[in-house]
Amino acid sequence: MTPADFQTLLPEIVLAGYAMAALLAAVYTSKDKLAPTLVWATAGLFVALALYIGGTGEGERTVFGGLFTDDPFARFAKVTTLLSAAAVLVMSQDYMTRRDLLRFEYPVLVTLAVVGMMVMISSADLVTLYMGLELQSLSLYVVASMRRDSARSSEAGLKYFVLGALSSGLLLYGASLVYGYAGTTQFAGILSTVRDGVPLGLLFGLVFMLAGLAFKVSAAPFHMWTPDVYEGSPTPVTAFFATAPKVAAMALIARLVQDAFGGIPGQWGQVLAGLAVASMFLGAVAAIGQRDIKRLMAYSSIAHMGYALIGLAVGTAYGVQATLIYMAIYVTMNVGTFAFILSMERDGRPVSDIAGLNQFAVKEPLKALAMLVLLFSLAGVPPMVGFFGKFYVLKAAVDAGWVWLAVAGAVASVIGAFYYLRLVYFMYFGAEQEPVDSRMAPVQWGMLVAVAAIMLLGIVNLFGIEPIAATAAEALVR
Amino acid sequence: MMDNQLLSIITFLPLVAALILALFMRGDDAAARAGAKWLALFTTSATFVISLFVLFRFDPSNTGFQFVEERQWILGLTYRMGVDGISILFVMLTTFLMPITIWSCWGVETRVKEYMIAFLVLETLMLGVFMALDLVLFYLFFEAGLIPMFLIIGIWGGKDRIYAAFKFFLYTFLGSVLMLVAMIVMYFDAGTTDITKLLVHDFGSETFSLLGIQVVGGLQTMLFLAFFASFAVKLPMWPVHTWLPDAHVQAPTAGSVVLAAILLKLGGYGFLRFSLPMFPVGSEVMAPLVLWLSAIAIVYTSLVALAQTDMKKLIAYSSVAHMGYVTMGIFAVNQQGVDGAIFQMLSHGFISGALFLCVGVIYDRMHTREIDAYGGLVNRMPAYALVFMFFTMANVGLPGTSGFVGEFLTLTGIFQANTWVAAVATTGVILSAAYALWLYRRVVLGDLIKEALRSITDMDRREKAIFAPLIAMTLILGIYPSLVTDIIGPSVGALVADYEAAQPAEGLALKEGTTE
Repeated sequence: MTPADFQTLLPEIVLAGYAMAALLAAVYTSKDKLAPTLVWATAGLFVALALYIGGTGEGERTVFGGLFTDDPFARFAKVTTLLSAAAVLVMSQDYMTRRDLLRFEYPVLVTLAVVGMMVMISSADLVTLYMGLELQSLSLYVVASMRRDSARSSEAGLKYFVLGALSSGLLLYGASLVYGYAGTTQFAGILSTVRDGVPLGLLFGLVFMLAGLAFKVSAAPFHMWTPDVYEGSPTPVTAFFATAPKVAAMALIARLVQDAFGGIPGQWGQVLAGLAVASMFLGAVAAIGQRDIKRLMAYSSIAHMGYALIGLAVGTAYGVQATLIYMAIYVTMNVGTFAFILSMERDGRPVSDIAGLNQFAVKEPLKALAMLVLLFSLAGVPPMVGFFGKFYVLKAAVDAGWVWLAVAGAVASVIGAFYYLRLVYFMYFGAEQEPVDSRMAPVQWGMLVAVAAIMLLGIVNLFGIEPIAATAAEALVR
Repeated sequence: MMDNQLLSIITFLPLVAALILALFMRGDDAAARAGAKWLALFTTSATFVISLFVLFRFDPSNTGFQFVEERQWILGLTYRMGVDGISILFVMLTTFLMPITIWSCWGVETRVKEYMIAFLVLETLMLGVFMALDLVLFYLFFEAGLIPMFLIIGIWGGKDRIYAAFKFFLYTFLGSVLMLVAMIVMYFDAGTTDITKLLVHDFGSETFSLLGIQVVGGLQTMLFLAFFASFAVKLPMWPVHTWLPDAHVQAPTAGSVVLAAILLKLGGYGFLRFSLPMFPVGSEVMAPLVLWLSAIAIVYTSLVALAQTDMKKLIAYSSVAHMGYVTMGIFAVNQQGVDGAIFQMLSHGFISGALFLCVGVIYDRMHTREIDAYGGLVNRMPAYALVFMFFTMANVGLPGTSGFVGEFLTLTGIFQANTWVAAVATTGVILSAAYALWLYRRVVLGDLIKEALRSITDMDRREKAIFAPLIAMTLILGIYPSLVTDIIGPSVGALVADYEAAQPAEGLALKEGTTE
């Protein structure tokens, strides 16, 4: 272990150390009274680390004897993860405090989950991959059942845990097969093995690993847990599930298929394309009948993961770039949307029934307008930024010769537009009834309006993330 | 220097005003409402004035794109705008009609600020469609235009507005999906989204077999059909026109005006910009079908119009019939036909817009569009009777009005291409006289016997002023049509010549044989 190793791992070490320190501090002092401060401190640390990673990192290096890698791709994904986690944390503080949900463990668990995600993103070895994944998952299982006195919340946590354990099992089984046939757990070693020919067993391992990871990004047909967990978890937790972990898991898939199996895109491209098509269509069709906005967002995220997977499936650097940009746009839209969903309440109790939005535009024109922008952006209607995200991945597919995949994506986007339109319908033309209250802390309001503005203003140049994503993608795909 | 940005300034000026309204206008008192209206009126007028500069500096003899503006944009796309002889007058039509439209909704009192924002955004998007020289940019403007119109119908519309708004949205959206798919295929085939490059790209026309069916014209025919799905709905053509009467009836007056006068033209413009020049072989294969659909549209919808009891619905069906002449002229593909089609679109923009405004005038007073509720208006509203008479005659195609020139030119064009279709379509001229004059007789002439109408007032000064420019344009174009044909002539000539040149010399049937 050299100083360079530690320097590379510094953000993760700082976060892990912070999590333990916070845990101790809270246990020995005022416990939950410390929680709001802790939330803001954690978010502040996330932002600071994001700035540090984005500002200082350069070049590529693999440390700890090939276990952990740091490259532009990892930095892009980490910054996205950290910023979205910070945004979700600060906007949930008011909601959780008012509902007496804010335990000091929450920011600590989120921090640990984020450490796990960062390890996932940087993993260069099957062991690191699994470590990061489990650290993330275990923390998430616990936050899903944060509302201890609610049966639904506990159910969500348990369901997530049981199905998550199953997927971890699949992943481990796959990893062991890969190890068995490649003789090494390091991605670089696996890559040199597959370049000389792919044994059938290794292929099996690859498919099992992809199935396990598909579960983490909730790609169909491994999506079953998503609607129930989204619905049952407290809304801030749902918002968290919908953002940072998705980025990390998507980055992990990209990392695995490119770094470990980069020589054989023909083998995993079809698997990912199949997952993509299934997710897009299932997400679009199944969301139509939903009455609960959180379940609807679950199916929406399934569909969005399908589009992001298109970029990975085509296997080109441009495709990875498209996926990175798609994920950045996706988390931004979700932060804004959940800032609004968090504020939906009636007589002080949170509601998530879609019909509660009836006539909302009359009551709160500005918020309704911001939501209109977000929903059209989620649907991929031009000229919102969401359209460019979709267009990016479709273009990547066409460039790589996957015309049928692009066509499928275009068709699914139309079906998907319907249910977003339905929300607009309720807000603007719904039946005459008293709409939900929308009590927003200034942070939530700021997030909602800022994200809506981003969705409109971003069409000028996407805030310059294109070249950064291009560098990131080129570092990964060689 | 300014030349390079003039088109962007025209396009985005209304959007800037919309943003100012959205961000800085507060309150909903009378002063705020008046402020919103005046700002919208001022902006749209300014846009018109700037667009006049473009018109005066436009060189009709140059058949290429002028005032081209290019800059790098995201996704490796290029932001590229420009006008040629075909699009310039549609731009003018839009900028000319928008101030009139805004002025016509002076009486609106509910959510005025949002109403003005919707129209301003809509203007930006419509202008963008006519100027875009990049496939993605075109699609972006084309699709985004749905949102403000959807809201205009859905929020400020009549009793069944929600049904109409959704029907409008879903019909046009479904049509444009196929177009999007076709655009992806075009990009794959040509490797660019630059419209100027696509115009000279040779899309494959080898006949191939798909699911056992011989596709004559190959890829071009498939692409043509995909674009056709979108433009035919937008135009609209029979039998996918059914969203239009619903949308028109439910839309507020200003919404109907924009819909009939400008939005419908997006479809016709699309045929001229994409279908004919990019897929000439596919167009030739499908032209007979389009011609017969147009002929059916003219006769059938004219007959349907006869049976209507709702004034707006009647005019909506008459619009569909008039759009039949447009598609007919376009797919005759000769100088007169295409000239006539463009002329007809412009003229229909003025006339149908004015007719919807005429309905709006009495709707504002009586709050009904039922024809039976009226009768004998001439006794109380002489000025109105005169204006309505003028536009009824223009709609019928009386010589001296622009309606005559449009119909005459398209019929001349089609007569050279397909005599039978021309014969069927000509009967439409008689039918249109029947429904339009009958409508006029029932609403305006006769004795004033309805009790409710006894206190109806004639048009006020604002209403008269709104009609003045429309009457002027209809007359000027009717008497001196060269104003238009001189500008569009060279570009249309080039379009037709390229189309002829692209047809396989040995004919389609022979070509089919060689690929077997």
